[in-house]
Amino acid sequence: MNWTAIAAIYRNEMVRFFRTLGQSFLSPVISTSLYFVVFGAAIGSRIEEVDGVPYGAFIVPGLIMLSVMTQGMTNASFGIYFPKFLGSIYEVLSAPVNFLEIVIGYVGAAATKALFIGVMILATSALFVELTIAHPLAMVLFLVLTSVSFSLTGFIIGIWARNFEQLQLIPLLVVTPLVFLGGSFYSISMLPSFWQTVTLFNPVVYLISGFRWAFFGHADVPVVLSLLAIAGFTCACVVFVAWIFRTGWRLRD
Amino acid sequence: MTSILSIKDLRKTYHGGFEALRGATLDIREGEILALLGPNGAGKTTLISTVCGITKLTSGSVSVGGFDIQSDYRAARSLIGLVPQELTLEPFETVFNTVRLSRGLFGKRRNDALLESVLKKLSLWDKRNSQIRELSGGMKRRVLIAKALSHEPRLLFLDEPTAGVDVELRKDMWDVVADLRNSGVTVILTTHYIEEAEAMADRIAVIAKGEILLVEDKDHLMRQMGQKELEVQLTASLDAVPDALSAYDLQLGAEGRSLIYTYDTRAERTGITALLNDVAAAGLTLADVQTRQSSLEDIFVTLVNDARPQEAAQ
Ligand SMILES: Nc1ncnc2c1ncn2[C@@H]1O[C@H](COP(=O)(O)OP(=O)(O)OP(=O)(O)O)[C@@H](O)[C@H]1O
Ligand SMILES: [Mg+2]
Repeated sequence: MNWTAIAAIYRNEMVRFFRTLGQSFLSPVISTSLYFVVFGAAIGSRIEEVDGVPYGAFIVPGLIMLSVMTQGMTNASFGIYFPKFLGSIYEVLSAPVNFLEIVIGYVGAAATKALFIGVMILATSALFVELTIAHPLAMVLFLVLTSVSFSLTGFIIGIWARNFEQLQLIPLLVVTPLVFLGGSFYSISMLPSFWQTVTLFNPVVYLISGFRWAFFGHADVPVVLSLLAIAGFTCACVVFVAWIFRTGWRLRD
Repeated sequence: MTSILSIKDLRKTYHGGFEALRGATLDIREGEILALLGPNGAGKTTLISTVCGITKLTSGSVSVGGFDIQSDYRAARSLIGLVPQELTLEPFETVFNTVRLSRGLFGKRRNDALLESVLKKLSLWDKRNSQIRELSGGMKRRVLIAKALSHEPRLLFLDEPTAGVDVELRKDMWDVVADLRNSGVTVILTTHYIEEAEAMADRIAVIAKGEILLVEDKDHLMRQMGQKELEVQLTASLDAVPDALSAYDLQLGAEGRSLIYTYDTRAERTGITALLNDVAAAGLTLADVQTRQSSLEDIFVTLVNDARPQEAAQ
């Protein structure tokens, strides 16, 4: 393993992040506060409790997941698409590095940023509602796995995309609906039984359910299933990225 | 002499079927400077990109420092520095950061003193904290060179290093290349300025339509293919070449004040002695005599033009 190269890529990506630290810091704080005003105060005043948890607190895990997923994906897809677009990718392609080192550098940085934003949202939420975390270690595990797997997905999208429209396409058309329908703001048990079954085909449900379990000790689907789902998804992404670099798909002419 | 780069029967067909390299073979000796000349679209950049691993080869083999670029890509690539033809840099990065990134990418330990000396040599030290977007085109080109030098390559590719660089800076660049050569780095450069190849290179390779047409020692090439011109300046002006001299293929110089004789340096007899005798016999008085050797540019144009009819026939 060429750790020097990994560190170089990671560091360079993080510099980009720190350059816009103000934005990176402010936007999650503001959007979280807005969610609390709309969902917590307005809707929450009508829905008192879900699964024995006050509605304001109930939406916190979903809110965090929503941002970690979208941020991880956008950061990673942009992080690799931008050099591809500018042509500066030539350097990575001609460097003595293998695919794993490139992925660890780029995806690691994107996941770090996503994690940072997740933590920001958690901290902001604590200002609005009272939070207890039942299984802190599991919470961290879910958070890390989610940010890594969605950053990996973003990385793949960034390599696949040939223009800026395509870069936005999958996050907008596929991921956002899945995330919103994944139980971020409600419990699956609140749906009619037909839709409960449909929902089980949505991978995001497993993530949010597992993550919510880490907070409140109550899950829609078995926690082990959640962990297996996300681990399997991550592995599939890694295999796909390995294939990309072996064949040079959309990277090397 | 060991070869640092060995390219054998390299072929590259792009998606869509265009064959940009058609069996190129080239051996580069360690420590030499090779100028790769060829018209637009000849395949120079494709050749370089393939050696560096940016494009995949279709067939053939390439080894750098004895390491195969596919099976031993780590060892091979760590020896190579590349300055690409296009100005491909991230606009918001600072000069120092981007140079440090290059060094790290190639697995070299952090060495700020070395980076400082590289930046100073390329007159970029004052700009080290500037963002790339604040630099001029010539400065960006030098940042690309600094990036390539930051990881101490043994083989350096310069793909049109002086395109868009002013005359003074171009001379500086030549000095940088001379320095590199003194420190043992092998340099392969492409250029459309033939005087540049003439000034810097030890050997010249000519590529056209994906084939290497020739690789030759520069001096040898110029001697071998060179035509020389002899200009005989006269004290009085002429209206036409005198009949007494019609046996020679002469041209009248500016304002009829000189006669120009073209001869081949390779010929056994150049015919100069006879010509000068006959000029005197014709009653003309010599004011001065000059000779000129044809430039690489002429040689290059001749070569590429010679290659064209063959292709048309194929
Ligand atoms: N990515 C690509 N896909 C398809 N064809 C390509 C690609 N890159 C280059 N070519 C084609 O391959 C040929 C050689 O291009 P190349 O860039 O190697 O030429 P060059 O000798 O560097 O020219 P120049 O002096 O203009 O830089 C050209 O006909 C070009 O159109
Ligand atoms: Mg070129």
